Amino acid sequence: MPKPLIALLATVLLTFGVSSYSDRIDPYYLDVMTGVGINVILAVSLNLVNGYTGQFSLGHAGFMSVGAYLSAGITLLLGPRLLGEAGGTALQQGLLFLAALVVGGLGAAAAGLAVGIPSLRLKGDYLALVTLGFGEIIRVAFQNIDALGGALGLNGIPNYTTIFWVYSFAALTVFTVVCLVRSTYGRGFIATHDDEVASEAVGLNTTRYKIVAFVVGAFFAGVAGGLYGHFKLTITPTGFDFTKSIEIVVMVILGGMGNTPGVIFAAILLTILPEVLRSMEQYRMVLYSLLLIVLMLARPKGLFNFDYVAIAARLWKKLRPARS
Amino acid sequence: MSEFLQQLINGLSLGAIYALIALGYTMVYGVLRFINFAHSDVFMVGAFIGYFVGRHLPEGTVWAGLIAMAAAMAGCAILGIGIERLVYRPLRSGPTLNVLITAIGMSLFLEYTGQLVFGATPRAFPSIFPAKLIQVRGLIVSMNQVIVIVVAALLMVGLQFAVFKTKIGTAMRAVALNPKAAQLVGINIDVVISFTFGIGSALAGAGGVLYALNYPSIDPLMGLVPGLKAFVAAVLGGVGNIPGATLGALILGMVETFVDGSRWSTYKDAIAFATLIGILLFRPAGLLGRFTAEKV
Repeated sequence: MPKPLIALLATVLLTFGVSSYSDRIDPYYLDVMTGVGINVILAVSLNLVNGYTGQFSLGHAGFMSVGAYLSAGITLLLGPRLLGEAGGTALQQGLLFLAALVVGGLGAAAAGLAVGIPSLRLKGDYLALVTLGFGEIIRVAFQNIDALGGALGLNGIPNYTTIFWVYSFAALTVFTVVCLVRSTYGRGFIATHDDEVASEAVGLNTTRYKIVAFVVGAFFAGVAGGLYGHFKLTITPTGFDFTKSIEIVVMVILGGMGNTPGVIFAAILLTILPEVLRSMEQYRMVLYSLLLIVLMLARPKGLFNFDYVAIAARLWKKLRPARS
Repeated sequence: MSEFLQQLINGLSLGAIYALIALGYTMVYGVLRFINFAHSDVFMVGAFIGYFVGRHLPEGTVWAGLIAMAAAMAGCAILGIGIERLVYRPLRSGPTLNVLITAIGMSLFLEYTGQLVFGATPRAFPSIFPAKLIQVRGLIVSMNQVIVIVVAALLMVGLQFAVFKTKIGTAMRAVALNPKAAQLVGINIDVVISFTFGIGSALAGAGGVLYALNYPSIDPLMGLVPGLKAFVAAVLGGVGNIPGATLGALILGMVETFVDGSRWSTYKDAIAFATLIGILLFRPAGLLGRFTAEKV
């Protein structure tokens, strides 16, 4: 079996183990951990679009909202019918939740395709603005659909999100993005990022690569949305506005564009940071913004942008003589 | 018919305010090629300066209004130049995305510092200009709307003069065209960029006061929505293009006002973006922008 697949399966098993002991963990830490996992999914999937493929998308929260609403709709509307009044067994709930997440992800991917095909002709800031615009349009549309609760949003979503689901999907996201980019096919993403004109000249269909990146990114954003909905138990359209999109973009840029380990670290840091600063509630956001500016001035290539392979090789060299 | 004209005037005054903000976005983009996210918060600071100065002045006189606006413009110009000098200049040689994130950081900083200093609760903006309703053949025009349109028009004519007839304006256009070549012919690029930020922020400050006159409730997060709309307007007209920003802002103001008056009013916020996407699909560089092929 290939190594990445083993790593994926091992992580899933590990999260299952941790999850079965989750009632021994302090609920507050559990909440923070869940938030971290969801943000890791969002940041890593956006990194495929913004980092590896070099397209600047500002609409990730919009795709997240599509996934959140779809999956919440499924568990709220179909759940009672399929599982009966009693709520079904844990396995049945799990299967329903998995189906809801996948459908949410597919819905978001479809939205990504619909947004991507017309807008990926645009470049740079124009693309950023159009994706932002689509995100806002999706939000306003949800606000006006009464069946989905309108501006009040959906309430009473069943509490299905566990550490197992969040971290399994986080592992799956990392697995998919890393393997996709490292595959022969996936080199095209990086080529599109490096030089679009040159890639076209050697026969790569750059538009196709951009759309694939967009759709895959949107799928995982949708899954993250589903997890978020079943974690917060209530979703409102304003929770997915463009400040949320910007929050995810900040994680990607701070981690270093196209650098998956860095982006994961940044997602963890930026989720925990507001919690750490909670004791000084008043100054929290001021400090957060100041840190953002200072970090960008001090480490312009991303906070966690190290050459991981080189560091590992150096460590290996240091350790080896000690062994022999 | 008279309702149509009424909406036209409302749209014109909203568009004029958008135009004042959009000009700052477009000028900075023209020179530095990045979206200055903090611009919408400079706009907010302008409204607050107008509020604090306006409180100490007698209400309802033209000169009091003008003093408040001049103070807001001066204050915002200093703020804009300061932000550029301290935060954006060290990053100028770096990738644009970093400047973008720094701009987002600056925007958050201004918003939340504003909440600390001014408090998060909205404040009522004093009516510094004389408030009167003028009735012309069934049309009701408030004095504020007239002031907004006149002041915005004057400022835009002034800007046009500054950019096309003065030496520094010529230098600004040269930097927008090609920063390296501009430096080679002896233009001090730092001065030009400071000037651009100063003018753009002053216009935003004036926009802040005018906006607060029409929607007299100000809070530290008030810049978010008009700022986003103004940026949409700048892109609509072709970002980097000064007449384009004005045109885009007027179109956006009109479209929004007419949608607001129709039964689709709850979709008002989406319409701005739908217009933008519709136009960009047919003209990818905006209405007045020129599409240039990438050279290798």
